[in-house]
Amino acid sequence: MSASEMWNIFLMQGFAGLSLFSVLLLMGLGLAIIFGQMGVINMAHGEFMTIGAYTIFMLSSLTETYAPTLTPYYFFVAIIVAFILAFAVGWMAEWALIRHLYRRPLDTLLATWGLSLGMQQIFRSTFGAKEVSPTLPEWLLGSWAPAEGLDIPINGMFVMGLTLLVTAGVFLMLYRSRWGLRVRATVSNRTMANAIGINTKKTDRMTFAIGCGIAGVAGAAFTTIGSTGPTSGSLYIVDAFLVVTFGGAASLLGTVASAFGIAQTQSISEFFLTGSMAKVLTLLTIITILMIRPQGLFALKVRR
Amino acid sequence: MSGTAMLNVNDLFVSYGQSQAIHGISFGANRNETVAVMGRNGMGKTTLFKALMGVLPLKGGKVEVDGVDLSREESFRRVAGGIGYVPQGRMIFPTLTVEENLKTGLENAKNKEIPEEIYALFPVLFEMRKRKGGNLSGGQQQQLAIGRALVTNPKVLLLDEPTEGIQPSIIKDIAKALNEIRKLREITIVVSEQVLSFALDVADRLFVIEGGRLVHESTRANIDADRIKQYLSV
Repeated sequence: MSASEMWNIFLMQGFAGLSLFSVLLLMGLGLAIIFGQMGVINMAHGEFMTIGAYTIFMLSSLTETYAPTLTPYYFFVAIIVAFILAFAVGWMAEWALIRHLYRRPLDTLLATWGLSLGMQQIFRSTFGAKEVSPTLPEWLLGSWAPAEGLDIPINGMFVMGLTLLVTAGVFLMLYRSRWGLRVRATVSNRTMANAIGINTKKTDRMTFAIGCGIAGVAGAAFTTIGSTGPTSGSLYIVDAFLVVTFGGAASLLGTVASAFGIAQTQSISEFFLTGSMAKVLTLLTIITILMIRPQGLFALKVRR
Repeated sequence: MSGTAMLNVNDLFVSYGQSQAIHGISFGANRNETVAVMGRNGMGKTTLFKALMGVLPLKGGKVEVDGVDLSREESFRRVAGGIGYVPQGRMIFPTLTVEENLKTGLENAKNKEIPEEIYALFPVLFEMRKRKGGNLSGGQQQQLAIGRALVTNPKVLLLDEPTEGIQPSIIKDIAKALNEIRKLREITIVVSEQVLSFALDVADRLFVIEGGRLVHESTRANIDADRIKQYLSV
């Protein structure tokens, strides 16, 4: 293998890593804002991603059946619908289940795990155990070849762009909107936020729903790089937790950096080693770093 | 209490689990009146204020603001009902900028801009508006906490030991600001205090709290300073 071939492989694996990075980042963002706001570890987060993925599948089938001419465009609408559906289910889950369990971290862990199992069964009963794939629009297929032997897949670039957009949106919402102000005040001091007039319970529900909505978008992105089954989401949940812990809980910048690091280590080493060895290498690196810096990559430096 | 009272507290009981901390406190405060609740540490001042704000639940009794019963409401509804709260230890949001801290109080306001009046009262907050709240000095944080409570446009302003841990020159400023606020807005101010000179600077009436009961009341004009000092001495 020549040096330039090696370089191309490195670039392509790096880019494959970027797709993984996108899904992990979107999952991690949702988990991080939910954990930061109310200390809830949402074990069902992966299933909210699956909701997004199945939404794309359903809309793709509907479009194919009823309006085949719209096939090139349905994807944009579908992403928004994926957000809305995951948001709505998250809103209801918070109202029916989670809000009764605040300040009981172990119970929320169990309850959301139960929720995740229940949702998986609902997916299985509705869509069947077999994995499905939506028909992607033509323009998402194929690849861009800027140089000989170097192929950058278009769907990967699309997912990247989508992730950048959503991440920027989350930052903007957190730092510029009234909701963001409520969230940051509540994270800083819940009792005081309530005593200054903020309805913290409503803020909790909104935050949980937004976090789930972002997972729905992650699911939409996921359909472009993999096929969807009832347990697709649970495959990503462990990695998404790793991203949040490694990045430093409640630090969005940390979430971005750690999603990037984990995805790239995983993807690049996967090419040179076997898949499981790559996983071992990733985990070993993370554990070593967490032993030295238990607070994660980025921790807040303000006195509390 | 007379029917004209802006704040009406009636037979208030508060407990921490099994142990009762406030044993039936009643008092009222009128519009455009400042009352001070004096007492040593551990006598129930902060517990009383937390109960008024809904941070601690009532075991019994009533809290009324402008004739509306708020006794069973959550804190954020009491804010909408007209109570502004400056807690002990200031409790500003350290990770938010000064400007954002003030904006948190605008939940119920139609116009989401910080009123200029606040910066006129506390010019230092304008200078520091882009700084993180956690990087302000104690006195500046106290002014921020008062400003944040004022932004909610309260009918009754509660201040729990506003002079605690603050340098004497700033204490004077805070007294001046409180009198200014009362003149501008004609609201009711309830302040808890251990420093008699500060209380005399701002209050029309003084209560003494001891062991969770009000044991003494006097107007500023008829004050028996020696008696109150006796209550305050350890």
